[in-house]
Amino acid sequence: MLRRDQRRATSDEQRGKDSFSFFILCSSFVLVAFLVAACNSSGSLQIMGEQPRYDPYEASNFYANGMSARPVISDTVTFMQPLTNTLLYEGTVDGELATTFPFAITDAVMQRGQQRYNIYCAPCHGALGNGQGVVAQRGFCCPANFHSDRLRAAPVGHFFDVVTYGFGRMPSYGQVIPARDRWAIIAYVRALQLSQHATLDDVPPDQKNKLGNTTP
Amino acid sequence: MAQIFHRSTNTLSRVTIFGAVFIVAGILGAVGIFVRSPYVTREGVPVVQPVPFSHKHHVNDDGIDCRYCHTSVEVSSFAGMPPTETCMNCHSQLFTTSPVLVPVFASARTDMPIQWNRVNQLPDFVYFDHSIHVNKGVGCTTCHGQVDQMPLMMRAASLQMTWCLDCHRDPAKYVRPLDQVFSMTWQPPADQLEAGKKLVTEYHIESKTNCSTCHR
Repeated sequence: MLRRDQRRATSDEQRGKDSFSFFILCSSFVLVAFLVAACNSSGSLQIMGEQPRYDPYEASNFYANGMSARPVISDTVTFMQPLTNTLLYEGTVDGELATTFPFAITDAVMQRGQQRYNIYCAPCHGALGNGQGVVAQRGFCCPANFHSDRLRAAPVGHFFDVVTYGFGRMPSYGQVIPARDRWAIIAYVRALQLSQHATLDDVPPDQKNKLGNTTP
Repeated sequence: MAQIFHRSTNTLSRVTIFGAVFIVAGILGAVGIFVRSPYVTREGVPVVQPVPFSHKHHVNDDGIDCRYCHTSVEVSSFAGMPPTETCMNCHSQLFTTSPVLVPVFASARTDMPIQWNRVNQLPDFVYFDHSIHVNKGVGCTTCHGQVDQMPLMMRAASLQMTWCLDCHRDPAKYVRPLDQVFSMTWQPPADQLEAGKKLVTEYHIESKTNCSTCHR
């Protein structure tokens, strides 16, 4: 049988042990929490490298087609795009295919047109515009030859319409190439057309030496 | 009272205390090597895709420009992943019976996107913008490697911060003329450092190493 003061001492000791156990328990919880966070095993924990927002084109379960990005609603126009400027954005004037460019064709525009043509058009139509690009060589029949009489006579608005909305098997490039670039491409197509029907007399005298010594 | 431990234990304990330094250093070194290894960074590890799309075929064999598919690389932070329509521009006619293209045709038919697996992924706490890099003379291959030689896409760089800083500290080592940014064949000239320095001045490239340049 323990005396009362002895009992008290035992109970104090017990309490000391309890609080020590509690400290160990809390420490373990904190440690485990750190470990779990460090291991990135739980989806509910936020980590800096994977924040709760979508990267471009990241998948999402929210929408039926699995995309987080939403498609452009049809008939959407660019902000501040003047709908009245049908020449620039539609290639038409009063409902007729345009015969003039909406802006002056400078050397910079032509360079831009050449660059864009070689990116988007040359795979099918060929660098020369003869419809013999690499895709045509692989069996895609039959990209237009810009040097045909029909297309040499076609107004520039026709090219703009075809690039924007497609033609035959050619799909629309309206979503891919901005309107000004489409016009620049058309300017370059005109230059290509000219190049295949030019004579030596068309070459400016100061440029003739660039052609080398071969005479046609 | 007899000794519990033999006298040699003294030497052993001294060696162990001294050896612990090397053991700790060894473990830290091993961790350091591990986090830089391709096992962690995925550098040079081809990523399996739902369609075994070959950049080697499309870029090298066909000569299609990067921007034909990655249309927003010059104007946006995101280079742009082509919609299935872009595949169908050519594959509406080409390889229409190929079994590897079945997911592409299924996507075009059902209007469900192809779920490509991300190859180059930065953590969400890193801000990165493609447009500023390609408009200041950082070529595609500088970061993405010889994409035209990759049948399956893989990371060509570790994408670790030290790799970013290597160029950000001294861009002259890597910048190229703007008309060569999308070239797959460009190689640094023998005098790259001097040529690069000139380009850095000409293009007003600021060597940005502030934390907030990328972590914002």
